[in-house]
Amino acid sequence: MQTVFSIAIDAFAYGMVLFIISIGLSVTMGLMRVVNLAHGAFAMIGGYIASYAAQDLGLGYAAAVLLAVFGTVIISIPIERLLYRRIYGEPELTQVLMTIGITFCIIGIANYVFGPTLKTIPLPPALQGSADLGFRSIAVHRLFAIVCGLAVAGGLWYAIERTAFGVKLRASVDNASMAAALGVRTEIIYAVSFAVAVGLAAFGGVLGAELLPVEPYYALRYMVTFLVVVSVGGAGSIPGALLACLLLGGIDTTGRYLMPEFGEFFFYLAVIAIICIFPRGLAGRAR
Amino acid sequence: MKRVAIAAFAAIIMGNGAYADTIKIGVVGPFSGPFALQGKNFKAGIDAYMAMHGTTIGDDTVEIIYRDLPAADPAQSKALAQELVVKEKVQYLAGFYFTPDAMAVTPILKQANVPLVVMNAATSAIVTKSPLVVRTSFTTWQTSTPIAKVAHDAGVAKVISIVSDYGPGVDAENAFKAGFEKEGGAVIEAIRMPLSTNDFSPIMQRIKDSGAQGVFAFLPSGPTTLGFVKAYNDNGLKAAGIKFFAPGDLTQESDLPALGDAALGIQTTFHYAVSHDSPENKAFVEAASKAIGNPAELSFPSVGAFDGMNVIYKMIEATGGEQDAQKAVDAVKGLSWISPRGPVSIDPESRHITQNIYLREVTKANGGSYYNKEIQTFENQGDPGLAAVK
Repeated sequence: MQTVFSIAIDAFAYGMVLFIISIGLSVTMGLMRVVNLAHGAFAMIGGYIASYAAQDLGLGYAAAVLLAVFGTVIISIPIERLLYRRIYGEPELTQVLMTIGITFCIIGIANYVFGPTLKTIPLPPALQGSADLGFRSIAVHRLFAIVCGLAVAGGLWYAIERTAFGVKLRASVDNASMAAALGVRTEIIYAVSFAVAVGLAAFGGVLGAELLPVEPYYALRYMVTFLVVVSVGGAGSIPGALLACLLLGGIDTTGRYLMPEFGEFFFYLAVIAIICIFPRGLAGRAR
Repeated sequence: MKRVAIAAFAAIIMGNGAYADTIKIGVVGPFSGPFALQGKNFKAGIDAYMAMHGTTIGDDTVEIIYRDLPAADPAQSKALAQELVVKEKVQYLAGFYFTPDAMAVTPILKQANVPLVVMNAATSAIVTKSPLVVRTSFTTWQTSTPIAKVAHDAGVAKVISIVSDYGPGVDAENAFKAGFEKEGGAVIEAIRMPLSTNDFSPIMQRIKDSGAQGVFAFLPSGPTTLGFVKAYNDNGLKAAGIKFFAPGDLTQESDLPALGDAALGIQTTFHYAVSHDSPENKAFVEAASKAIGNPAELSFPSVGAFDGMNVIYKMIEATGGEQDAQKAVDAVKGLSWISPRGPVSIDPESRHITQNIYLREVTKANGGSYYNKEIQTFENQGDPGLAAVK
């Protein structure tokens, strides 16, 4: 029984970290219909900024996280205006080629500016060490990641389903020209959603840095995992992404605990099974 | 007068054989991509050697030709080596970070009449594939065997082994098991985890549940190492007194600033620490730091490359610059010298380097930086892996 609890808590923590990093990608792919392979690159930029702010500028953790999120958004604005705007509504292949190109450029620049070594983001004393749960101990920053993940999920769901902005966003996605005719300024809607998605990527990059350390190849190394989460969850669906993260985190963790030799096997077997039964993902909408 | 001119002309033509040649050395390594840091270390070691010993041997000038191989890719490795031999006419091949890349090149050495000096690839079997292979790095067996004795001496009887599921990981597991059982200890569980594992919490829980007193670990240096060591601390294994044993790949110098306090006190065995205290190493670190630009990036492949160049220079001296691979290799069999890592020699039988293996502990220096402090020496270690694969 203790083992079951133990696996469950690990799976939950891992799933929430996956969720924070992947949800931004779900927004770009599902709501904006852009296959953004540069998502990992934006998460990496966030990690680098936070690491630089905390280690070289000596800022606190909270300040470093804020600087990382807003810094990454500011960096992404010219990229969105000059590059992404051209590929909205283009065929997927064009989007894939362009975003993978952007990724390679960012990898090269990161390697040149920060060097090829690993970068860490020092945690504040409150998040260091481990907490005793009675039956086992867990790292405090994992608990922090769980809380952040739930907050992000709740906030995003509210913004998309319950606010005027969310209504306009959903209208623009479903029928851009009709929404524009009704007075919705779709360009601004798209720009804001893109900024939010990038900001979430940066936030995830910083929070997940304990699990996925920041280095130049971060941008590609974990991209497959992010894409798997989005396709299993159903692009654009927040409950779907949450469900997918918890499910995949659970399968991955259980597999790794009971049979580490076949860890990957169970993960991808589950992905194949889910995609066979739900081709659009767990909560994907039919087009 | 005319006769004198003809004689002079003839003398020049005939004397051409003794004229200065350019001897080319082809170096294949990961100079871009995720492993670029290791390629950079190759280059730093080679540059340091040439800065200290000059670029000429007798009348001959040495020229290095680099070829980039970003990730393990045997077919591409062979193609690059062939191109270097046929088009660039290199007399020596060197470098090679990954085992499969080095293995792929061994079949062409004899026909090309070119020796191969392996500067990193650490699987025991490479030297058996061709009599023209010499290795100046280490093998995973060589660096993992002594830690078994260290574990036993620390009073640990039951150990769980956790390795990444790929060639060197399996080598490390076997080496530790063989060494530890010889000492009278028991490996109660051996787990191989996929290379792409990011979250090590479940593994840590497994270690706890197993009831082992210590854990032996091997992972490739880089991002995964960081996650593993952090998980070891975060999940309370360090606090529970479960000891951590590993070969030095886990605490390579360029990863230490990132590992930070989490790595403090971890004991590893390896052939080289940048902090090694000797005049030879001081001179080497100074030259190599200059070559690499940022001293914090200096790591173990640089010393393999440095000693590899020493071997190649000796080969060139012995052959007088003529291309004769067998003669060149024979000339360095039994060669011994003082390397930055300590006294080393080339074993005439296996053509692999015999060297000291050091037990080191990650320690914080006065300036707040971290380094591997050598605390025990295992002298003149050969490669136990060769006996095991035969």
